[in-house]
Amino acid sequence: MPRKSKFHFATASKYENYAMEIKKGIAVSPGISIAKLLIIDSEDYRIPRRSIMPSQRMAEIQRVRDAFRAAIDQLSELEAAEDDADGGKIKDIFAVHLRFLHDRSLRKRITDLLQSKLVTAEYAVSVTLREIASHFTKVKDSYISERAADIYDIERRLLKQLLGGKREDVEHLTEEVAIVARELSPTQTAGFNRKFVKGLATYAGGRTSHTAIVARSLGIPAVVALEDLTACVIGGNTVIIDGNRGIVVVNPAEQTIRQCEEYSHEFVELEHRHGAIRAKPAITRDRVRITLLGNIEFPDEAEIVLQKGGEGIGLYRTEFLYLNRESEPTEQEHYQAYAETVGVFKHWPVTIRTLDLGADKYTQSKRFAPEPNPFLGLRSIRFCLQNLTMFKTQLHAILRASVLGQVKIMFPLISNLQEMKQARMLLRDVMEDLDEESVKYNKDIEVGIMVETPSAALTASTLARNADFLSIGTNDLIQYTLAVDRGNELVSALYSAVDPAVLRLIRTVIQDAYKAQIDVSVCGEMASEPEYIMLLLGLGIRTMSLAPPMIPEIKQIIRSVTIEDCNNLARKILGMNSERQISNYLRDAARKILPEAF
Amino acid sequence: MQTEQNSPQKLVCEASVEIRNADGLHMRPAMQFVDVANLFDCDITVSNDQNVVDGKSIMQMTMLAATCGTQLKIKAEGSDAQQAIEALRDLVEHKHFDEPTPKKNKRNTKSG
Repeated sequence: MPRKSKFHFATASKYENYAMEIKKGIAVSPGISIAKLLIIDSEDYRIPRRSIMPSQRMAEIQRVRDAFRAAIDQLSELEAAEDDADGGKIKDIFAVHLRFLHDRSLRKRITDLLQSKLVTAEYAVSVTLREIASHFTKVKDSYISERAADIYDIERRLLKQLLGGKREDVEHLTEEVAIVARELSPTQTAGFNRKFVKGLATYAGGRTSHTAIVARSLGIPAVVALEDLTACVIGGNTVIIDGNRGIVVVNPAEQTIRQCEEYSHEFVELEHRHGAIRAKPAITRDRVRITLLGNIEFPDEAEIVLQKGGEGIGLYRTEFLYLNRESEPTEQEHYQAYAETVGVFKHWPVTIRTLDLGADKYTQSKRFAPEPNPFLGLRSIRFCLQNLTMFKTQLHAILRASVLGQVKIMFPLISNLQEMKQARMLLRDVMEDLDEESVKYNKDIEVGIMVETPSAALTASTLARNADFLSIGTNDLIQYTLAVDRGNELVSALYSAVDPAVLRLIRTVIQDAYKAQIDVSVCGEMASEPEYIMLLLGLGIRTMSLAPPMIPEIKQIIRSVTIEDCNNLARKILGMNSERQISNYLRDAARKILPEAF
Repeated sequence: MQTEQNSPQKLVCEASVEIRNADGLHMRPAMQFVDVANLFDCDITVSNDQNVVDGKSIMQMTMLAATCGTQLKIKAEGSDAQQAIEALRDLVEHKHFDEPTPKKNKRNTKSG
């Protein structure tokens, strides 16, 4: 829930000279916060001098010893203070770090380097620990390779001692801050004081990253996979973290702050009035009915979709069942999660997407040889089609749950007809198994696919003939079409849902779906963007699945437009050939409809 | 277990042990191993097919990346070498780090 944060006018005037910057990332925890920026960035530690005089050797070695001693004392305190709440996991982490710091061979390696190369304590510590860390990352066993993160943590701790705590300390906050970092480790977030940490933003990370999980449980907004901020930030700048739209605004102009405060205020008011807007239908001014569904990951988000006025689930991501655990989930575990979700919706549709993992740390770490190019590799449906036991287990559970409500199955990343036929054949096999087991399931369950690759979009007419519905996964479709990694801050500015190439593909898919007389929807983040709604409607979309916090606002936009206007807008847009022109046009159009949706 | 005598005070003991717990020599077991090793004065080395590491160094022990089923050779050199070997073998093979062993259907007498 967003709260009105204190806004420090003193801070604004002090940093007046710095321009306002708006950076985009992925929204992973809802809400809006305005607070002072606190940077945590281990890679930014500036190691001052590299070399020392021979006469300084002993003094530098003593510095190393002192830093170790101080770090050990600090960790011992932290370990003692930690309780066994989460199974003693954090306590274990501290215990291991302590052992590392007590390890004589580690210290010897550092001091040997210092003596032989005549370098500073900081340099010796940093170089040695990074060498060790890189050694760990090369090992195939995931337990071992994950130890690299611990080594970096230890490096941070020692460098902090040596550099005299010039970095801001998260454990001693006295005012509200928003934290920005490359990524956030469990040990770092364990030190967060919830009273003062109001928002999180990281450069790395995805929807299931540690940052996302912590932010959601703290109830604060978070944005990950952020564009590079380092050029424009200084600790102390004011920053707005918008966890609904995945935006971070640095040094907001006073007007923006006011708008943001109004927006978050309105957001709160909307929350209060959600009973009213929740009950209202998503219908345009010229009486065309639009269906708004929710994207969820965890069963307990289903309630939130209902509260916000969603009419079902358009995308139920099932990856969480596999993450943060060593063994695969059992069929019963699958079933329980699905049953819980379907139970919330009863007669409204719940579209379950089969496992979409592969290009991520979890599966890569389980590989014998990590793929050089996971995004183009054995991921998602391809991974499933090569791991049939696991895949069938999931299908079995989904089918069992299908008697509890209106369940649909969606296969992700289908890139050709062959894959689709294989997946459907497997589904039939599982249905036969259930028949043999005399277990009930919905024999007419709707089976659709996510259109996420250019190949699927371009051959949508063929795929549509074999599917009950198509859902456009704009996130990956944009990445594959524009050949851009949106998590790579060097090129993420190229990522745009309204690039002319992307729009043409979306239009092709919609037209092919219409011709085949099947439903088509959008379930990527594009549907959560107020500026794109008119365009999507004008292209022919009548069903959208989006992040639950945004449902009320998107509904408001729908209720404020006519399909006729949307069609005109879409026609104009399709005639443009510049992404910039298109996004400016859309922003202006959105402002006219709803001035507060900037 | 082999015992040799290199000099009047220096005992050298060796033993071969098998990692029995399902998850292998990860963070916590490595920590336990190193803690036990550090209770003794003798020098302790541990080796697999490729490497020889210092049994008292957590850094080096983690690097062994010993999975379940791996055979390790422990060598202790010093006056309390024999006690060290016994303590370590007990930890690895009998207690298996207080962690579960993999379930083997053929070998089980009862479930568990």
